[in-house]
Amino acid sequence: MSDEMMDEEGGVVKKFMYVNRKAPYGTIYALESLEVVLIAAAFEQDVSLAFIDDGVYQIKKGQDTSGIDMKNFSPTYRALEMYDVEKLYVEKESMEERGLTEEDFLVPVEVLGRQDMADMMEEQDIILSF
Amino acid sequence: MGTISVNGQDVEVDEEGYLANLTEWTKEIGAYMAKADDCELADDHWEIISFLREYYEEYQIAPAVRVLTKAVGKKLGKDKGNSKYLYELFPYGPAKQACKYAGLPKPTGCV
Repeated sequence: MSDEMMDEEGGVVKKFMYVNRKAPYGTIYALESLEVVLIAAAFEQDVSLAFIDDGVYQIKKGQDTSGIDMKNFSPTYRALEMYDVEKLYVEKESMEERGLTEEDFLVPVEVLGRQDMADMMEEQDIILSF
Repeated sequence: MGTISVNGQDVEVDEEGYLANLTEWTKEIGAYMAKADDCELADDHWEIISFLREYYEEYQIAPAVRVLTKAVGKKLGKDKGNSKYLYELFPYGPAKQACKYAGLPKPTGCV
């Protein structure tokens, strides 16, 4: 990593990216990823989230889980801002292949093309893939 | 899992005393749990408890203490949105203790 950032206490701040690739329900990955993000937020690192492939469905508006007897945890993505997690990236190709637009998401996101997403990943110190 | 009995109503709690099903919550249950911890709930406590219940309703999550402090400050003013005020009300930790009386699960990441 090139230029290391320091926080106020002199600790090293690393760039963490959580990559979310799976649909919100059916597996535990999406919920686990979100919980790790919320817990790790206490460490005040430079955190971003990427939504790729079916992962883009995790932040889709209007989720209704009443038919599958699972908790609809999608409102929690709106709490990320209060945890100072403000960098949410959606891969443009994944979004478009699924017929979605930026307006379909329940949080503000930055849409990045595949190459820009790859560049963004290149900049990270740590990537956690779910 | 255990059960507590409040005014003839049996409610399930987890091994740390948090309510198993948050829809079963009543003010009486909150007061009963507080009493078991030797804590008498006054209006100031209830204000934070109902704030937490609203927060959970909106975000489906019990906030970490840092986030709770910030959110209380935004909603109820700076004189309440600080650690000193919240720890005086809930000496066992405002997020942990107040969430319990509010019938919410233990905050994510709280050990």
